[in-house]
Amino acid sequence: MQALFYITAIIALAAAARVVTGVNAVHALLHLIVTLLAVALLFFMLGAPFAAALEIIIYAGAIMVLMVFVIMMLNQGDAAVENERLWLSGRLWWGPAALAAILLAETSYLVLAGGGSGVEPRPVDGPAVGRALYGPYLLAVELASILLMAALVGAFHLSRKLRGRGRTQP
Amino acid sequence: MAEWLAIVLRVALVLGTVVGAAALLTWIERRLLGLWQDRYGPNRVGPFGVFQVIADMIKLIGKEDVVPPFVDKPVYILAPAIAMATLLLVFAVLPFTADFQIAELNIGLLFFLAMTSLAVYGVLLGGYASNNKYALLGALRSAAQTVSYEVFMGLSLLGVVLQAGSFNLRDIVLAQEGLWFCLPQALGLVLFLIAGVAESHRLPFDLPEAEHELTAGYHTEYSGLKFAMFFLGEYLGVILISAMVTLLFFGGWLGPVLPPWLWFLLKTTFFALLFVLLRASLPRPRYDQLMAFGWKVMLPLALLNLTVTGLVLL
Repeated sequence: MQALFYITAIIALAAAARVVTGVNAVHALLHLIVTLLAVALLFFMLGAPFAAALEIIIYAGAIMVLMVFVIMMLNQGDAAVENERLWLSGRLWWGPAALAAILLAETSYLVLAGGGSGVEPRPVDGPAVGRALYGPYLLAVELASILLMAALVGAFHLSRKLRGRGRTQP
Repeated sequence: MAEWLAIVLRVALVLGTVVGAAALLTWIERRLLGLWQDRYGPNRVGPFGVFQVIADMIKLIGKEDVVPPFVDKPVYILAPAIAMATLLLVFAVLPFTADFQIAELNIGLLFFLAMTSLAVYGVLLGGYASNNKYALLGALRSAAQTVSYEVFMGLSLLGVVLQAGSFNLRDIVLAQEGLWFCLPQALGLVLFLIAGVAESHRLPFDLPEAEHELTAGYHTEYSGLKFAMFFLGEYLGVILISAMVTLLFFGGWLGPVLPPWLWFLLKTTFFALLFVLLRASLPRPRYDQLMAFGWKVMLPLALLNLTVTGLVLL
């Protein structure tokens, strides 16, 4: 089980690295999908099958499909790949690298200082997730639903037909 | 050791049966379409033409497997594998009878939804990698169609989950011991069937490959075995949706007198043939009609079904 965990974690990290360093947008997205699948597998192994399934259905299966969809519609050719290659070279790396280094330092401090969060990991099934969402986290769920509602209204507004002219707004 | 052998045998049995059934379904479909359209269909090879499947297989394997020079090669090769593998994986969690199942997963139903939502990548990436405008248009249509119909496919199944109180497919079947869910969840059944037809890209929802306007849609550039994998994937989808309808709404292996596996087989076959009948009898809608129907009719109905089921159970 432990070996499986490390193999999956390495796959997730390697794929994530390819997402950042890749120059072809569609290939980078494919690596992102692999990362999401690996993370879902990690959730599954840590005893959260419900979260794992949702990760695949929502992130890998719906959101990423829409991102691939948009990138396919833009249909960028070799010019975009060249452009990306130029951007990825040189000084652009310093900012993200510094931020990532801070996170790495924090993580290593936490690991070395030991202790962890002190919470024993235990399996969380579907009903438990539901009880948590509509119990202690009810406010967060309601806030998220308001946010989604606003996004929905916004999308509807942008795509509505102008009266009498039969075409969508520019 | 014997334990491992038993697992391997089970996997081989299920894999062989399912892929064989998908191949056989291509012949059954052509014969039935012939019958309903007042012609013969393939009847030359073997008794009733049943060996046509083998002849087709030899032909497809013998053909040159062209990889056109303008394609995105790794993605082009990956796409048909995704189309077939995701659907085959779901058969691992289906309970064929009370004690024959490869892996009992307590989120079996979610696993089914997850794998069908990943299956769209096969079509999407195949269309993108082909670098061909018909293929790209087919893939775009397919992505939009699948994402839309997936939404209420999940919602239409939640009524069943509420009644059974579980995502475990085996528990869902066992919960139907007294009454099959096709009666209390009649609306859910209709919604799921329509969504299932759309998900497996079958007529009347086969717009991703509508041949009169997109030559062959997403698999225009595919040939040989890769084409065969896409083709077989479609029929695997038909069998999968039929099996899911059987399990979720018609009591799976439950039934009097006959042995359980035969009941499962009979029910699944019935729905697979229903798919063929749909293809023979319904015209293809326009693409915008398809999308509008999904969002404006199916989604509200699915939400209504869920609300009413929840209220009744409360």
